[in-house]
Amino acid sequence: METSGPSGGAHAAVAHIGKSVVIKGELSGSEDLYLDGEVEGKIDLREHHLTIGPHARVRAGVNARDIVVQGQLNGNVHGRERVELKKSAVLTGDIVTQRIVIEDGAVFKGSIETQREAPKAEPKREAVETVATSGAAGGFTERPAVSGATPEALVEQKK
Amino acid sequence: MTHLFRRFRGSTEAASATSAAEQGQRLRRRSSGLAEFTRAVDEEEGLRILDLGPTSPTNIAYLTGLGHKAYNEDVLKEAEDPALVVPGEDGRPTRDADRFLAENLVYAPTTFDAILCWDTPDYLHEVLVKPMVNRIHHILKPKGILLAFFHTRDAGPDAPYYRYHIAGGDTLELQPGPRFRLQRVFNNRHIENLFRDFSSIKFFLARDNVREVLVVR
Repeated sequence: METSGPSGGAHAAVAHIGKSVVIKGELSGSEDLYLDGEVEGKIDLREHHLTIGPHARVRAGVNARDIVVQGQLNGNVHGRERVELKKSAVLTGDIVTQRIVIEDGAVFKGSIETQREAPKAEPKREAVETVATSGAAGGFTERPAVSGATPEALVEQKK
Repeated sequence: MTHLFRRFRGSTEAASATSAAEQGQRLRRRSSGLAEFTRAVDEEEGLRILDLGPTSPTNIAYLTGLGHKAYNEDVLKEAEDPALVVPGEDGRPTRDADRFLAENLVYAPTTFDAILCWDTPDYLHEVLVKPMVNRIHHILKPKGILLAFFHTRDAGPDAPYYRYHIAGGDTLELQPGPRFRLQRVFNNRHIENLFRDFSSIKFFLARDNVREVLVVR
């Protein structure tokens, strides 16, 4: 496993597991991870970002702050803040997160449960839903969990 | 179940829909069945809703936005799994319904409050239709609802397959999808038979050669 970042800088350092690597067991860490290999077991990054690359084949429960899926993932996913399925993603499992982003073309079999954001210490303006689509349907959709707005209001924003 | 097959007649409306699909155009139309469906699921949060169509980011966003738990399972795609193909009694290839049900729609009884079936039964292999509906009855809660679409004969055998996206409480956007072939058309009596174990069924006639059906378990 190598650790690198753009231009070799330490600021955005991301651990990298290449596509020839096979891991069986529990994978945990306290840094961001780009995974393009094969993992069977469990992945736990808690407060960090996980990218499952396009060549990855993962059969594991996954827990991280943010999770981006480009490859194949078979297992339940807990993204504390955000889960994103790119168009090449094939995911079978249940997702629990605050925000879900799915590109048109992603294949998903399972359930999605969006959790409300934890209350902030200071009053803060609520996040606004953003829906950017290539056409009115499909495309790229981002939706936070119901953050104070009524369901009707959320529907209205989509029109 | 060959009695379920009906001959197609075809129409200019069907031809124009086919043409639009070939050009990859998305169509938008009002849906009375969807309007009734969304009214029902809008009344409370935390429902479990299963979408049997291809993964639709729009539908997932819509349903989770209402505070529901969204489930997705692309039944037609799963039914195309080559591992399901077995020789039938007449020697022609058919599908292994038992294996299909062992691998798909596997949920505890009465899991769901609502199911979006779209027009899956029209495109699904004949031997899988009734088992799928029986399984739906099994996993749907009492008083749970199901929205399904059925083509009329006027749709013609080349009626394009669409992905359905919820574009609003009563509006659908139809996106040309993978090339599935319409397997048959059901008339109203066949549809009533298909859902005879359910408590009620309500028909809505749409303009584009599709009947919308809202079924209550």
